[in-house]
Amino acid sequence: MIRLVLLLLVLAVPAAAQEQIVAGLSQNRVSITADFEGSEILIYGAVKRDTPPPAGQGPLEVIVTVQGPSSPVTVRRKDRVAGIWLNNAQVRVDSAPSFYAVATTGPLTHILSDTENLRHGITIERVIRAVGITDEADQAGDFLVGLQRVRTQEGRYRVLQGKVELTEETLFRTDIELPANLTEGEYKVRLFLLRDKRVIAHQERVIGVRKEGLERWIFNLAQEEPLLYGLLSLVLAAVSGWGASAAFRLVRA
Amino acid sequence: MQLYLPIAEVSVNAFLILGLGGIVGFLSGMFGVGGGFLITPLLFFIGVPPAVAVATGANQVVASSVSGVLAQLRRKGVDFTMGWVLLVGGIVGSGIGVWVFRLMTRAGQVDLFVQLSYVIFLGLIGAMMFQESLRSLLRARKPGAPVRRANVQSSLQRLHFKMKFRASGLYISVIPPLLIGAAVGFLAAIMGVGGGFIMVPAMIYLLGMPTKVVIGTSLFQIIFVTAFTTVMHAVTSQTVDMLLALVLILGGVVGAQIGARVGVKLKAEQLRILLSLLVLAVSIRIAVDLLVKPSELYSVAGALP
Repeated sequence: MIRLVLLLLVLAVPAAAQEQIVAGLSQNRVSITADFEGSEILIYGAVKRDTPPPAGQGPLEVIVTVQGPSSPVTVRRKDRVAGIWLNNAQVRVDSAPSFYAVATTGPLTHILSDTENLRHGITIERVIRAVGITDEADQAGDFLVGLQRVRTQEGRYRVLQGKVELTEETLFRTDIELPANLTEGEYKVRLFLLRDKRVIAHQERVIGVRKEGLERWIFNLAQEEPLLYGLLSLVLAAVSGWGASAAFRLVRA
Repeated sequence: MQLYLPIAEVSVNAFLILGLGGIVGFLSGMFGVGGGFLITPLLFFIGVPPAVAVATGANQVVASSVSGVLAQLRRKGVDFTMGWVLLVGGIVGSGIGVWVFRLMTRAGQVDLFVQLSYVIFLGLIGAMMFQESLRSLLRARKPGAPVRRANVQSSLQRLHFKMKFRASGLYISVIPPLLIGAAVGFLAAIMGVGGGFIMVPAMIYLLGMPTKVVIGTSLFQIIFVTAFTTVMHAVTSQTVDMLLALVLILGGVVGAQIGARVGVKLKAEQLRILLSLLVLAVSIRIAVDLLVKPSELYSVAGALP
């Protein structure tokens, strides 16, 4: 019995680990400073093999995802009530990422099966978690589509099909642009190798995005010492107002 | 040059903000109003979240009002007694306003609430001001035409708690100024405005104050009401963006100087007609947004981490 298990392990392990990812990121931290205009991250890597690529299987495909910090959101729909367009129905989504990009070597439907997508949560529909929303509004599904559309327009959700370059089934690279309207937090980078629509290897990396310098200072002060922050804003306003008045008098005199 | 706003968490063009501040400052310098009723909707249009726009707008009004009051002080154009009475009402109104604002934020109707307030109050005040200034402009052309006066003041004389307002030359009950102060404070909190465009006509037409002290007194109490509003927003919802306010203020103070110089060259009636048209235009623009079907029916709120 034990021998059988060992034999199975010996047979199974090399098969699963036949092709592995060796990956790198151009940077593993992004600083949001006052003049932050967005950032581009290069994700690159190679496929490590102990044996030549298996014969008789489909071509190698690569999917790279970058996921920003998630949070619960409320999606609202406007309806016309008494002639005015107002928020009339809403759905609470348990968790939606603030940023999500999927880059692939080819069209998602051709390289990824539904089961594998469900298992690994690769496309954005599978990443957004919304349990029990059907009780909250009619056509609750439309709210999720709306959420994706709004965030796609804001540049927060991106599908970059065919944007991963794969050379000789060994080297791959892709550039993912992070928008200027970036949220702070840990950004999860996932890399998947696929053959015949099945994931054969995957890896995870993290990029830390943080406000730095003045941005950090202002944000922390606003959160931790709100009263002091409010008073400081006033002093700033009063001094500017007084300064303008004084300067004006100087110019006139 | 892009500027990342730490509280609003959006990236904006610094020169655009500087320009917005400048234009609003120009208008406020010309008309003697805080300009909050313009800056807040303009901030909505460039993508600043409404809650941040309202709170930061209030902060910006503090700066322009301080600048304005200092100028009026030299002309003895501030009635401090009246200012303090209006202020007491204003603080109460502002406190209620911030509370209502938070309630509406929770209900998801804050956008509608703010927009409706804009349409109703700006529309009403704009129309009244336009009608009044047009009439006085026509009267100026046709001397000898009868002057019509509202008889509100006579009914005010019957109220109790009378007080002497020396600089305004008035002896009236403190109830009407308290109520006006409260109403303006309430609006300041929910609309992110100083309320000068309501305060000024109310002082002239309802309280019968001389025009000479109206702008200074209005600005004097607006400083405190918007200051209070700013701190309240900072404490209850952390929505004051200091960096955004700073850039707006920089643009605003420069614009205000130019505006004040242009304003001197225009007649009072012409100024009032222009101001009323501006107020009406903002109100109509927002009304159109409410009535026309939006291109995107869904909106995503809240809590980006």
